[in-house]
Amino acid sequence: MADRVKAAILGSGNIGTDLMVKLLRSKIIEVTIMAGIDPKSEGLRRAREAGLKTTVDSVDGLLAMADDFDIVFDATSAAAHVAAAPRFKEAGKIAIDLTPAAVGPYIIPGVNSLDLMNEPNVNLVSCGGQATIPIVAAINRVAPVEYAEIVATISSLSAGPGTRQNIDEFTQTTAHGIESVGGAKKGKAIIILNPADPPIMMRDSVFAQAPGADPEKVNRSILDTVESIQEYVPGYRLRTDPIFEDDGTIRVFIEVEGAGDFLPKYAGNLDIMTWAAVRVGEELAQGLIERRSAQAAEAK
Amino acid sequence: MFESKKVRIIDSTLRDGSHAKRHQFTADQVGKVAAGLDSAGVSVVEVSHGDGLGGSSINYGFAKESQENLLKTAHEAMPNAQLAILLIPGIGIAEDLEMAKHYGTSIARICTHVTEADICEQHIRVAKKLGMEAIGFLMMAHMVTPDQLCEQARKMESYGADCVYVTDSAGAMTPYDMRARISALREAVNIEIGVHAHNNLSCAVANSLVAIEEGATTVDGCTCGLGAGAGNTQTEVLVAVLDKLGVQTGIDTFKIMDVGEDVVRPIMDRPQIIDRAGLTLGYAGVYSSFLLHAYRAAEKYDLDVREILLECGRRKTVGGQEDMIIDIAWELNQKKLAAHRTGSTA
Repeated sequence: MADRVKAAILGSGNIGTDLMVKLLRSKIIEVTIMAGIDPKSEGLRRAREAGLKTTVDSVDGLLAMADDFDIVFDATSAAAHVAAAPRFKEAGKIAIDLTPAAVGPYIIPGVNSLDLMNEPNVNLVSCGGQATIPIVAAINRVAPVEYAEIVATISSLSAGPGTRQNIDEFTQTTAHGIESVGGAKKGKAIIILNPADPPIMMRDSVFAQAPGADPEKVNRSILDTVESIQEYVPGYRLRTDPIFEDDGTIRVFIEVEGAGDFLPKYAGNLDIMTWAAVRVGEELAQGLIERRSAQAAEAK
Repeated sequence: MFESKKVRIIDSTLRDGSHAKRHQFTADQVGKVAAGLDSAGVSVVEVSHGDGLGGSSINYGFAKESQENLLKTAHEAMPNAQLAILLIPGIGIAEDLEMAKHYGTSIARICTHVTEADICEQHIRVAKKLGMEAIGFLMMAHMVTPDQLCEQARKMESYGADCVYVTDSAGAMTPYDMRARISALREAVNIEIGVHAHNNLSCAVANSLVAIEEGATTVDGCTCGLGAGAGNTQTEVLVAVLDKLGVQTGIDTFKIMDVGEDVVRPIMDRPQIIDRAGLTLGYAGVYSSFLLHAYRAAEKYDLDVREILLECGRRKTVGGQEDMIIDIAWELNQKKLAAHRTGSTA
């Protein structure tokens, strides 16, 4: 385990804490620090218990321990990440951005993550984007997607104040991701909050128009993709077989059950973000290890 | 009880009626209906995709005409009436309001599920900044208690809404439910109160009257009742009833009847009646615009449309979850096939 890459988490809220629980199991990343602002936060308490260094001075506190991490996961807010991003860059840190800030390029594991292994800052799009863009890309691989639309339905309890105050950020960011990463010529995203009690699981629908698509090929591509997502998001599953309408519309219905690490199981929307962050973090860490060993070999 | 009251009627034929038209209104139809409503004395006409600005989609149905063209056409056809739009955050975005303003819209109706008012703060503020009247729409108001409704309405008021609506999207309320909600709201907020009713339980006009009695001053109607589910409060009926009661609406009772009969009825795809599926919406408390989507799914998956709607009710679906209909129909169909297989091998 000596080769593990050290990482810090910025943000001690629900997402940051759930991410920590997942990173503590990683064989490639060693999570060393959690930075927050609230000394009484449950996340910081758990981090101390798990043996992490903690600070309540947010980015300043984190950068004071710059030797203790190479990667930083930012689970704060878009505005905070925009302010922090240049400082991480200057300090030579790799930033994985879970906020909607999108300072760096969008990244989706299994779709474009391997192309971005040397990027200093990557953005995880949105929960709906992580759940649906791989499906759009799966269809686009075998039949060019003219238009793709996604509907993400999440339980009201799992939508925090940040999401609520900036709901347009979700629809716009996700639509851009459907186009730029998913490959659809045109993308649209819709988000619905459902307050049912007991809370509903995260559900996503992907509707795509890919004229002339061969249903068998599309089906296989989607099923392969679902299998590869399940490698890093265990609760990801199709609710129905992919449906092919007479007018050429393809419908894919997805459900994401959370792992229940720190967040409740219905919060699949938050769970898929933290799983994706772990996956991306491990891929970028691998890239870093390879670059370092190449440099070491050169030095000899 | 009603005399000397004044009520503003907002006609939503060209927005809620879009559901019943599967969003296939042409610019010509919109221009004619808008001109007719204006000449009958309607002071506010709402024009949008049924699911609001940005609603044109696979999930809700693509619109035949661009929203820009429909708004422009309606605005030009109305020398007097104000143009209103609907926006559902999560479907449309704040930028859509700028477009609407550009094409002559002066009233923005911002719509959320009845428990989710805090997702519309940004949109209400943008509407106000653009100089528009902002109306907050609390959908599916039957799903919560009057107290919970008031809490959400106060949020909309705090964001700057000029008016807040009790929206019976599922046409599931009786006059008793409506009275309890409007009277509670009258105590809770200091802004205008509006009512939007569907006729799935044949209570739309009665619910609107009770709402007026309790203090609502803005009331929605659709000419010929053209709207989602079994339709809306029928504008011309509401106008006639209010006329008899001595309530001023500014609308000419006979002219609005003519608009219904001569302009709207000829462009309707189906009669706006309470059939068993429409009644089931009200009975089960299901979002009215699910109706035509559920009919299509029932046909495709060989089901009784009511099975689908009842399941939508059981799962506590909310407005905008049209994607659940196919998901549910597929599952019901699979269960049926499985039962059939076991039956035949037994």
